[in-house]
Amino acid sequence: MSEMIKVGMADLKLCKAPDAITTLGLGSCVGIAIRDPITKVGGLAHIMLPDSTQFSGNVNIPKYADTGAKELVKQIVAAGGNRTRLVAKIAGGAQMFAFQSKNEMTAVGQRNVEAVKKVLAELKIPILASDTGLNFGRTVEFYPETGDYIIKAVGKGVKTI
Amino acid sequence: MAKVDLNNMEGVYFDVLREIGNIGAGNATTALAQMLGTKVDMHVPKVDLLEFSEVGEAMGGEEQIMAGIYLVVEGDISGSIMFLLEKSSAKSLVAKLMGTPNEDPDGEFDEMQLSALKEIGNIITGSYLSSLSTLTNLNIYPSPPDISIDMCGAILSVPAIEFGTLGDKMLLIATEFTDDVKLEGYFILVPDLESYDKILSSLGM
Repeated sequence: MSEMIKVGMADLKLCKAPDAITTLGLGSCVGIAIRDPITKVGGLAHIMLPDSTQFSGNVNIPKYADTGAKELVKQIVAAGGNRTRLVAKIAGGAQMFAFQSKNEMTAVGQRNVEAVKKVLAELKIPILASDTGLNFGRTVEFYPETGDYIIKAVGKGVKTI
Repeated sequence: MAKVDLNNMEGVYFDVLREIGNIGAGNATTALAQMLGTKVDMHVPKVDLLEFSEVGEAMGGEEQIMAGIYLVVEGDISGSIMFLLEKSSAKSLVAKLMGTPNEDPDGEFDEMQLSALKEIGNIITGSYLSSLSTLTNLNIYPSPPDISIDMCGAILSVPAIEFGTLGDKMLLIATEFTDDVKLEGYFILVPDLESYDKILSSLGM
């Protein structure tokens, strides 16, 4: 029997086929799904903030794009993924409130997406597909078996990237 | 050094924040009753400092559809406040305010209803903030409200990210209002750490 593994906010987990992995209600956060298409080992990170270096004394690795993506890759490799074969898909990074204010946090969705793209480029992991931005929440499911990344949004149906 | 550390909140500070939550939610209930012209009962609010991963669960699951009304707060303190209501509660509240029958409890909100809901959120959060302002003698100015109707987890990501810059937990005030139907409302107040200190010192802590 295959299982559906659940990842919470500021969290990351590994997943091997035939199991699948999900995170519910991504808003401005980004869900980074990475897998090795041959060994079918993968994982999902639900990051909240772009950059760990802007904050001092923080140890919550999966909370940030930079530390979260690196940790996910490390764990996938340790679980049998080949570092050079890894590929990624990303979703989330919405701007939930239209709101234009002086508060720089309001554009955090977009900054999260940019930070994720930057760190994956540094790690030389190609992004095969993405569904980011706009103003709605997303629930995602990732299948390391096929690489399908299924995205569900309220009133917008289901799509697979 | 800030007095408040969200990851290691001392009991006494938490008690003060909880009491502020109680008083604020009480005032908000009074405002709601006046707006609707009916009697509204409120249960003692539950105030919790939760891990991010627990917050969605506390509101009935990350995929629960909710209405979130969000305002930025400026003045002597800075931060933001959010009021969340489950979608069907929001629908029934809007129908009551507008004096129209709640014909389509599961349907989408039209422009008029969204606008009414924004106003409800504005009044509720406004009365919450004014009680905080009166208690602390600090000037607090809320921005115009903005609204999102979506999955609870997605809406919550906004205050969670703001809390995320402060620590790994967030302060959630859950209030149950009852008139003819039971309404569950949640307040999330996100002052920055400096503002927590200002609030506490103004109360003589």
